Amino acid sequence: MIEVTQLHKSFAQQQVLRGVSLTIDEGESVVIIGGSGCGKSVLLRHIIGLVQPDEGDVKIDGQSIADLSERELIKVRRKFGMLFQGAALFDSLTVEENVGFLLEREQTMSPAEIRGTVADALELVDLGGTQTKKPAELSGGMKKRVGLARAIVYKPEIILYDEPTTGLDPVVADSIDQLVIRMRDQLKCTSIVVTHDTRSMRRVGNRVMMLHHGEIHANGTPDDIFNSTDPVVHKFVNGIADPKDLEF
Amino acid sequence: MGRSADNPLKDAFASLGRVTVLFLDTMRSIFAKRFRGRDLMEQLHFIGVKSQSVVLLTGAFTGMVMCAQFYIQFHKVKMDSAVMSVVTVAMARELGAVLTSLMIAGRVGAAMAAQLGTMKVTEQIDALRTLATSPVDYLVAPRLLAMFISLPLLTAEAIAISMVSGMLVAVYLLGLDPVFLWSNMVFYTGAVDIWMGLIKAFIFAGIIATVACHKGMHCGQGAEGVGKATTEAVVAASISILVSNFFVTLVLNNLLIYQE
Repeated sequence: MIEVTQLHKSFAQQQVLRGVSLTIDEGESVVIIGGSGCGKSVLLRHIIGLVQPDEGDVKIDGQSIADLSERELIKVRRKFGMLFQGAALFDSLTVEENVGFLLEREQTMSPAEIRGTVADALELVDLGGTQTKKPAELSGGMKKRVGLARAIVYKPEIILYDEPTTGLDPVVADSIDQLVIRMRDQLKCTSIVVTHDTRSMRRVGNRVMMLHHGEIHANGTPDDIFNSTDPVVHKFVNGIADPKDLEF
Repeated sequence: MGRSADNPLKDAFASLGRVTVLFLDTMRSIFAKRFRGRDLMEQLHFIGVKSQSVVLLTGAFTGMVMCAQFYIQFHKVKMDSAVMSVVTVAMARELGAVLTSLMIAGRVGAAMAAQLGTMKVTEQIDALRTLATSPVDYLVAPRLLAMFISLPLLTAEAIAISMVSGMLVAVYLLGLDPVFLWSNMVFYTGAVDIWMGLIKAFIFAGIIATVACHKGMHCGQGAEGVGKATTEAVVAASISILVSNFFVTLVLNNLLIYQE
């Protein structure tokens, strides 16, 4: 279970998170939505311990990670897989080396077993046979798929997706959504998806939280959010700009 | 991490503190053998093998220039045959280590900062951390250890080539007697002079790798951030080498030269 309590974070003079509190149960698929720059990715990075909060706490399965050292966090992060917005593949390594990175580091499997497990993970994201390619040879959608294979290959308990469909055409974005759903249903792990793609939100989430002005503004099922009469939520899910934003 | 732009002295000390913490963490990682042998071999190849031309040219031409310049002064006092002993001692104690380190700071330090900086801005370093891997173990430790091994060897190589090239200039261009040059060179150059250069190279190796990795891992956003980090890495490492050289010289003179 993931518990975030009164999380505050500022960068220089900009206050990004202003007391975010949320709870995510095991096996849930939660989508966090919100406008660009509202702090969704910062919240995600707090959950995996990539960023230390100014105030507040993050607990993973009851263990507080806010004050852990980098080396102590390594053990906690083993529970997570994360798909980055730009995939963040290691450009000096091949697809196979990228996907099998952690397995090779841990040295608990033989090279043949690692190759087999990597091949299975690549098949799961429909990229079988790309093992020897370098990230520079892949399209944006393929990079995200490889990033996803790397995040799931060691069977983490929690998978974090940072803007998985951003920058992709609608067809590729749809295929990524299908993969997220496949991971959720096949691996039975907890999923947290950060996105501002409302179509994606409706497909992949069991529950949706909306971040606005550094706080959780709305929390409910995708239908609750889509049918919300709250003006902020209504404008966001229907893509309606504030009139004052249109004054050029 | 917040920065106080209005207090450069505070920033400098904070930066020095972060570099020191990174160095100590990396040393712990090296002694605990948390790095991969393959990464160490790659870095040894990049620093040691691929720097050959730079180091050989630096050593050779420095030895030749020093020989040509010292000859003018030594000839005035009829001490022509002492030229090579001065060239060798100067190269062994000072210039071999300093010039080689400066060249490596430019070639390798810049590459390290740019590589790690690019990894930072493309979230590859964060990806490492999410894959339960410490960037210090995976990126910094093999680079620092490879630099510790390579730089003293490259310095020894630069000293040796400067002696050969200086000797060639002295004998074939200036027409000096090779026997007197050789005997004076061997007589006035001791093992302690070579040790001094190698110890300095070892210290400068730590400075170059740690500063370059630190600048890369803490670079700003985008191409501008990577460019700035690369420049800062070379400038900071070069200045640190020149400043620390003075203090290291004082300490080593006390430990090695005055004790003889």
